[in-house]
Amino acid sequence: MEPIRQIRSRTVVLASSNIDTDQIIPARFLTVTTRSGLGRSLFQDLRHLPDGRPDPQFPLNRPEAAGCTILVAGDNFGCGSSREHAPWALVDHGFRAVVSTAMADIFTNNALKNGLLPVIVDADTHRWLIDHPGAEILIDLEARRLTLPDGRSSAFPVEAFARHCLLNGIDELGYLQGKLAEIERYEAAHGR
Amino acid sequence: MAARNLFEKVWAEHEVVAETPDTPAVLYIDLHLTHEVTSPQAFSMLRASGRKVRRPDRTLATMDHSTPTRREQLLAEAQIPLDDAAKQVRQLEQNAREFGVELYGLGDPRRGIVHVIGPEQGHTRPGMTIVCGDSHTSTHGALGALAFGIGSTEVGHVLATQCLLQRKPRTFSVEVQGRLQRGVSAKDLILAIIGRIGVSGGTGHVIEYRGPGIAALTMEERLTVCNMSIEAGARAGMIAPDEVTFAYLADRPGMMQGEAWDEAVARWRSLSSDPGATYDRSVTIDASAVEPMITYGTNPGMVLPVGGTIPATQGNAVFDRALSYMGFHGGEPMLGKRVDVVFVGSCTNGRLEDLQAAARVLKGRRVAAGVQMLVVPGSQLIKRQAEELGLADVFRSAGAEWRESGCSMCLGMNGDTVASGAYAVSTSNRNFEGRQGVGARTLLASPYTAAASAVAGRIADPREML
Ligand code: SF4
Repeated sequence: MEPIRQIRSRTVVLASSNIDTDQIIPARFLTVTTRSGLGRSLFQDLRHLPDGRPDPQFPLNRPEAAGCTILVAGDNFGCGSSREHAPWALVDHGFRAVVSTAMADIFTNNALKNGLLPVIVDADTHRWLIDHPGAEILIDLEARRLTLPDGRSSAFPVEAFARHCLLNGIDELGYLQGKLAEIERYEAAHGR
Repeated sequence: MAARNLFEKVWAEHEVVAETPDTPAVLYIDLHLTHEVTSPQAFSMLRASGRKVRRPDRTLATMDHSTPTRREQLLAEAQIPLDDAAKQVRQLEQNAREFGVELYGLGDPRRGIVHVIGPEQGHTRPGMTIVCGDSHTSTHGALGALAFGIGSTEVGHVLATQCLLQRKPRTFSVEVQGRLQRGVSAKDLILAIIGRIGVSGGTGHVIEYRGPGIAALTMEERLTVCNMSIEAGARAGMIAPDEVTFAYLADRPGMMQGEAWDEAVARWRSLSSDPGATYDRSVTIDASAVEPMITYGTNPGMVLPVGGTIPATQGNAVFDRALSYMGFHGGEPMLGKRVDVVFVGSCTNGRLEDLQAAARVLKGRRVAAGVQMLVVPGSQLIKRQAEELGLADVFRSAGAEWRESGCSMCLGMNGDTVASGAYAVSTSNRNFEGRQGVGARTLLASPYTAAASAVAGRIADPREML
């Protein structure tokens, strides 16, 4: 995996709260057996009008969304199904970070494993971001800070080990396999 | 030793390496369940990196999400209609063969929805850690297991090492006082709990459901409660094992016997939270005040007693959007609203008692003209039991369709979908936009309420038909 240190981009804003993984990628697109190409189906039903044409008002369909790598979303983003297809689709589309006030547990874990940074900010910063779509912001993983265009910055939490892996491009499975001796000892001692 | 709660005991027993500020715990996984939708990428990762499944004996695969529920398709007399779904099914067959994992395949009498068959076939046991690439893995916690959903990358981690890297979650006590009233079910209880704590109220926590209102529930009712923990944001929900649990387990295939059984029961008994154990958060709910519940919006927290009135809009854009998606307005009563489809099934309400509840309402009655009703058992075993008990005949003579087991209309991956704009009263667990089909409008409710609404052709209070 590519190391991530800083992400600088204009934002795309989806202000709704409780955007669930069925909205991020509807179940009918889960019949894939690989992880590539899911960006095409990202927010499929939100992006299109009932007659099937792209909705020109949907933030992701607007010309200024091109090239944006930071998504700002409402509370409780990524709730619902555990489908990792959700972060796969977001990453395939080009997103590198999602900013919200709260995110679902399983989505957060899945995002971190795919180089998509979940950034939880305070309500004031979030409000400002929601009100200023397209603002160019900086997310610094090393410093754990998000900086607004006027220079104000706020800290965000990120699990220490996931941060270490992202900063260094380390695959967590390699670390886990390094614990094989402990795992075998556990199995012997606990009758597993 | 300090008093510990149920979760803390199970967690401690499975710590291979304890967590530190810099590193998460290495948690041992006793049972890994897999299905066709979230496993292909994990098996491909193993293959590409030359890895094996470390403990095939602790891994079990089934097919449920994209499988057909029509008998002719299941027997391969006809083709599975969706090419990609057929490909997923074939791929799981091949992966199971290649990696030596036991599979309850399409023709297997033990096959069913992964969260139904785990307990039913005796795989789910108290004190275990259980994971599956599926968020409703929380269901298994009803037997006193720590069970939670994971993503496909983590599925790969567990296949390769039988372990997961995890931060210890916080704990949340939901204490239930009182007893459910006639015509009110475990589904209504969990919907009321979600309405109370909110759809993200449990984020970062494991819920323990406790108190006399929980002790009074049957095993199947407990499974329904734990199933929807994730709808409150909690990855896991747990209930301490007791006599109800042991009686349920004693009947399971492959269960230990004699002395081994007695030892196991003694061990399981010690899992209950110690007197004085503490939790990071707690709420108390009175079960006797819970009424039949129904959702009116696009998340399970937008829920009301069936006789209630949709709240008036508070100028909240998200709330307005949900109501406009549903075609509802603030101030309208739920009773009497139009119903087009009724679905009884899913890992929430696809067990025998759920089918019995629906049949109690439907017996001697008919599904209203213009309403399509689908009854999909949670497993092939439940299907056979329901047929032997005459429930299938009740459904068929009422005009409902009786299908093979699977997830079916819960998520509409297998071709069983709700049409755009149609109203579906569903015993499943998610009323998200598009969950049951593009533009489908889902109203979550209990099997009683679903069946009563099918008969009335309108949202109805089941207590009038019992
Ligand atoms: S029945 Fe529905 S919620 Fe349960 S496992 Fe299947 S798709 Fe998921």
